[in-house]
Amino acid sequence: MIDIGLGHYLTLSAIIFSIGIIGIFLNRKNIIVILMSIELILLAVNINLVAFSIYLGDLAGQVFTLFILTVAAAEAAIGLAIIVVYFRNSGTIRVEEINKLKG
Amino acid sequence: MMAHAIFFYFFSTIAIISAIMVTVSKNTVHSVFFLILDFISISCLFIMIGAEFLGMIMLIVYVGAVAVLFLFVVMMLNVAQQKNQWFLSSQSSRHIPIGLIISTIIFFELIIVIRGWKYKPELFENIDSTSSFEGVSNTHSLGQILYTDYIHVFQISGMILLVAMIGAIVLTFRQREGVKKQSYIKQISRERSEGVEVLNVETKKGVSVDD
Repeated sequence: MIDIGLGHYLTLSAIIFSIGIIGIFLNRKNIIVILMSIELILLAVNINLVAFSIYLGDLAGQVFTLFILTVAAAEAAIGLAIIVVYFRNSGTIRVEEINKLKG
Repeated sequence: MMAHAIFFYFFSTIAIISAIMVTVSKNTVHSVFFLILDFISISCLFIMIGAEFLGMIMLIVYVGAVAVLFLFVVMMLNVAQQKNQWFLSSQSSRHIPIGLIISTIIFFELIIVIRGWKYKPELFENIDSTSSFEGVSNTHSLGQILYTDYIHVFQISGMILLVAMIGAIVLTFRQREGVKKQSYIKQISRERSEGVEVLNVETKKGVSVDD
C-alpha cells in the first residue's frame, strides 16, 4: 500500500474513467454535464498515458498526452458552440427534450 | 516514499470525490467548479510523478481555458438553475440501470487487466527509466523530441486547433438586423457625384433634405 507503483495510477485512472461513463448515463440534466463527463474520460486516459510514460522511461506517452489535450480543447470548443446554437434555436438543452433526431 | 504515498492518496481521493461530484451535483455551476478541482488535483499528481510540463499545461489549458469556457456557456445559457431530476420521469430513467451495469462491468474489466497484468521481464531491463531523465528537465527533454520526432503530429494538432477555432466562430456567428456597422468598401468607393449635390436654393423656400 505504501509503495506507490504503476498499478495505483492505473487504478485511479480506471475509477475516473468509470465515473465518467456513469456520468454520461446518469445525467438527465443538460448536455453540458455530458461534455464534462467526456472531459473526465479523456483525463483518465491522460493519467494512464503519463503513468506508463514515467514508469517505462519513454517520453512518447507524454507527447501523446499533449495531443490528447489539444484534441480535447478543440472538442470542448466545438461542442459548446453546437450547444449554444442548439439552445438559440430550440430554447432547451435538457437531454430528454433533445429528440429531433427521434433516436 | 512515505510522503509520496500520503500525497498520492490525498490527491487521488480529492480527484475521485470531485469526479463523483461533477456527475451528481444538482447545480451545473457546481459541476464546473468540481471539474476544475479535479483537473487541479490530477495536475498535482502529474507534477508529483515527474511530468511537470504536462501538469502545468493541464493547469493552463483545462483550468484556464476549457473550464472557463464551460462556465461562460453555463452562465450564458441560463441553465444553471435547472434542477436535476433523475428518476422522476419513467421514460428517461429507463437508461440508468443499464448504464450503471455497463460502467461497473467496464470498471471491473479494467481492474482485472491492471491487477492481472504481468510485464514482460525484459521490458524493464532494456530501458533504464532514470538515466534518460538525468540532468535534463522534463520540459527540456519533451521539447527535444516534440520538435524533432513528432513535428508533423505537432503541426497537425495546430491545424486541428485552427479548424476548431474557425468552426466555433462560424457556428455561433449570426448576422443581426438593424446594427449599424462600418463598411470600408462603401466608404472608399464613394465618389464626388454621389456625395455632393449642388443646388440652386430659392429664397424663402429652402431645400428638402432626404436621407
